[in-house]
Amino acid sequence: MTPPLPLLALAIALAVGVAAPALADDQTQVQLTLKDHKFEPAESTVSAGKPIVIQLANQDATPAELESKELRIEKIVAGGGTITVKVRALKPGRYRFFDDYHEATTQGFIVAQ
Amino acid sequence: MIGALIIVFREAIEAGIIVGIVLAVTQGVPGSRLMAGAGIVAGVVGASLVAAFAGALASALNGVGQEMFNAAILSLAVCMLAWHNIWMASHGRELAADARKLGQEVRSGARSLFALAVVVAVAVMREGSEIALFLYGLVAAGGTTARDLLVGSGLGLAAGVALSAVTYFGLATIPPRRLFAVTTGLITFLAAGLAAQAANFLQQAGLAPLMSDTAWDTSAILSDTSLFGRVLHTLIGYSDQPSVLQVVVYAVTLAVIYALTKAFAPRVARRPPQTPLTQNG
Repeated sequence: MTPPLPLLALAIALAVGVAAPALADDQTQVQLTLKDHKFEPAESTVSAGKPIVIQLANQDATPAELESKELRIEKIVAGGGTITVKVRALKPGRYRFFDDYHEATTQGFIVAQ
Repeated sequence: MIGALIIVFREAIEAGIIVGIVLAVTQGVPGSRLMAGAGIVAGVVGASLVAAFAGALASALNGVGQEMFNAAILSLAVCMLAWHNIWMASHGRELAADARKLGQEVRSGARSLFALAVVVAVAVMREGSEIALFLYGLVAAGGTTARDLLVGSGLGLAAGVALSAVTYFGLATIPPRRLFAVTTGLITFLAAGLAAQAANFLQQAGLAPLMSDTAWDTSAILSDTSLFGRVLHTLIGYSDQPSVLQVVVYAVTLAVIYALTKAFAPRVARRPPQTPLTQNG
């Protein structure tokens, strides 16, 4: 009396696939580049209360992982690659992000006002 | 060197603990070592592929390929864990008091082993791809420090394997009659934690733009990037700054797996007293 495996697999595929692609308007764009293991700009200011889209262009040859606990992001960017992540509307504050592979030296901030 | 050791070990914690748990759960079941090994190999191969095609994966599906992939394989692992629990409940509950009989019962459950092998593969693949990319970065950067860093990475990996062993032998000290209940609980919490992680990837992709506020911030008390925090993160899904959606998904997953495990368990859980052995065939 157990559900068959294929059924479960199908259920996941559906659950993930159906997740509605929504929301687009009224987002703040933040453009970042990573070069010589430094984020540029190191600090960006955004309006509080608006969703954010962060675009990161990695100009280094090595991969990096854009990560931030406060912003709840975690995404690998290949060497020479570009990624986009969505961040919720932020409360006013200063939010740190970093390259997980070089956390101590490669970091930046997003300031929501 | 220490830096590389820490980075690799940190990534290896989750996979290490999960492998340890799976080994303990399937302890004594013929073929289980082979299944776990196959899961690890599949995970390593998958990790290498994910790392090699990281760029293509990131730009797939309008730039949310990486998130969708992570959410999908995490959900797969959650379902496999749930399915394992349900299977164990429906087949092994009345036999739980007799570990040897339970082992025999599980023996016929190759599908349950397969489910756990998938879980191992997913865990190794997810963490392994990040380690592979980190190592690739080290090698690509070259220089005299690269070798030092690689040695550190090797040690970090070894520490991850050691954590697997600690988890396994730790669980092995639990008396067989209690082990069933303990692992059922462990797997339920593990699954809920993975489901919450999957929810976060959907939010990051912008596919679940609801309940995105931070539910609590306990990073000052126990950071989930500390060693203990990481271990708790794997075992019970502890997060120091979860979104409300993550908390909801976590709670729902716990409740659903618990309910399903109950629902599929045989009604008659107690053995009739003094049944002659011959009647059992």
